[in-house]
Amino acid sequence: MSIDFKLNQNNLSRRKFIGIIFLAFCLLGVLVAMMGLISLLIQVILQGYEWVTPNLIFNYPSRHPEQAGLWAALIGTLYMMGLTALITVPTGVGAAIYLEEYAPKNWITSFIEINTSNLAGVPSIVYGLLGLSIFVYFLKLERSILAGSLTMSLLILPVLILASREAIKAVPRAHREAAFALGGDKWQVVKMAVLPNAFPGILTGVILALSRAIGEAAPMVAITALVYITFIPVTPMDRFTVMPIQIFNWVSRPQDDFRGLAAGGIIVLLILLLSMNSVAVILRNKFQKRSEE
Amino acid sequence: MNLNNSVFDAKRGHRLRTKIEGRVVYLFVGICAFITLVVTFAIIWNLVQQSIGFFTQVSIIEFFTEKRWSPILIPKSFGIAPLVAGTFLVTVISSFVAVPIGLAVAIFSAEYAPDTVRKILRPILEVLAGIPTVVYGYFALTFVTPLLKIIFPEMIIFNALSAGLVMGIMIIPFVSSLTEDALIAVPNSLRQASYALGATRFETSIKVVVPAALSGIVAAFVLGLSRAIGETMLVTIAAGATPKLTFNPIESIQTMTAYIVQLALGEAANGSIEYQSIYAVAILLFVMTFSMNTLGHWIVKRWRNVY
Repeated sequence: MSIDFKLNQNNLSRRKFIGIIFLAFCLLGVLVAMMGLISLLIQVILQGYEWVTPNLIFNYPSRHPEQAGLWAALIGTLYMMGLTALITVPTGVGAAIYLEEYAPKNWITSFIEINTSNLAGVPSIVYGLLGLSIFVYFLKLERSILAGSLTMSLLILPVLILASREAIKAVPRAHREAAFALGGDKWQVVKMAVLPNAFPGILTGVILALSRAIGEAAPMVAITALVYITFIPVTPMDRFTVMPIQIFNWVSRPQDDFRGLAAGGIIVLLILLLSMNSVAVILRNKFQKRSEE
Repeated sequence: MNLNNSVFDAKRGHRLRTKIEGRVVYLFVGICAFITLVVTFAIIWNLVQQSIGFFTQVSIIEFFTEKRWSPILIPKSFGIAPLVAGTFLVTVISSFVAVPIGLAVAIFSAEYAPDTVRKILRPILEVLAGIPTVVYGYFALTFVTPLLKIIFPEMIIFNALSAGLVMGIMIIPFVSSLTEDALIAVPNSLRQASYALGATRFETSIKVVVPAALSGIVAAFVLGLSRAIGETMLVTIAAGATPKLTFNPIESIQTMTAYIVQLALGEAANGSIEYQSIYAVAILLFVMTFSMNTLGHWIVKRWRNVY
């Protein structure tokens, strides 16, 4: 009897020991992931901080690294983001409203739903080729900022639809029932009860989708075909370049100075992304508080 | 009487307006949802239509059996094998990083971590997920490759190993967040039952929770790998531009996506065989990722029905 008990005790301490080893393995995994992020940031900052100068921001690209800058790419990125938002936000939110509020439960709806998640997983370069054939060549928009924005809109549309649907789904049923009880029709209920409540979630989705678009280079490479842009786009039909492409261009050059310049460009890009994400968080918190009151 | 009538009219006008507004909105949102279908068909149509020209000049059999990919240099040869091998090599390396670490992070976060730790871990992973892929490319080329050169001095600057490892880090947050969702969805009663039988926390996690969430975890891996296959800028920057049928990770290779970018950069003449070849590569890429995504979502859907 006592032997049995001892055996069990030994067994338990062994089992606990295995558990501790496993936990150590999990912690190691977390550590590796964090080290990846930290070493990436340190590498970029160490290599790039000297290059973040007014020249980098306000100059056009140049063959001389000390004079080269991001200006055309920065304006191009902001311009394209604006156009992309104008195109995607109504479409994406509209599709989400349809799928959550209007769509009948049938095979077409479930096909659209599956299709949306599938579209979100299509490689971005494939969207680039689609944009190249349809917008650049077929609709004859040339390699313009409008063609780029349309392509980018298609790319982030599924992302935005998925995020907006989550936001709309999170609105409690009671809100809708109350609005119906007051005599509202479908659209009035959506407009006055659902959308105001889903707004913070939708806004976060919009910002996250746009920040994904800011970093995407592959489809834009297909649309713009890496060229020297030494002017700011004015009309939507002008040629353009964006920040990730400019950075890609600099990274691909063998000279160390251009690598440094690329790191400087990455710092600017990451600051832009980070500030967009913080705006999303702040807005979300602000609206959440208000809706709870 | 007159007054009453006009109030009545105003009400009816208002009702009519709301009714029309509702109809217009219904039409608009319906069209928006329909657009997603149009996009899918446009992608398929575009890829098929553009690659027909290619496949009339290069037979499908040659495309799949030829072992050399040389679209520009004469003698031209269009065997997709080297590009698929390159993609496969990078994807496998990345899965060696992303699968165990993604799983470890997810189990730690869902089963072990207190709320405060989880609240710190989540935003860090979100930042990791939000970093543009060109940045990862830069990181692979200027940090990881020199580091690996200490271990493999004969290694070429552009190589599959460095790109694969960094790609693994890049998809960790993707794999771990999907896995965590699957673990959290396992009902607590299962955990409690396991503890009641005297199991330790480790045994509960590995023998009860993970098997219960297995389909969701598998789906996370499938979706993560599909993402690695479609990833473009990282491999273009760090893995090289030499299509080679090799499984040696320290050699320079070319993936399917990197080939498409290389040709797109050069402004290949619209209609030439090189230009058409990028669509042939893209259609294979699309079929591979689309079927993997469909499989992943299908697995998720089945697993959801269990509880």
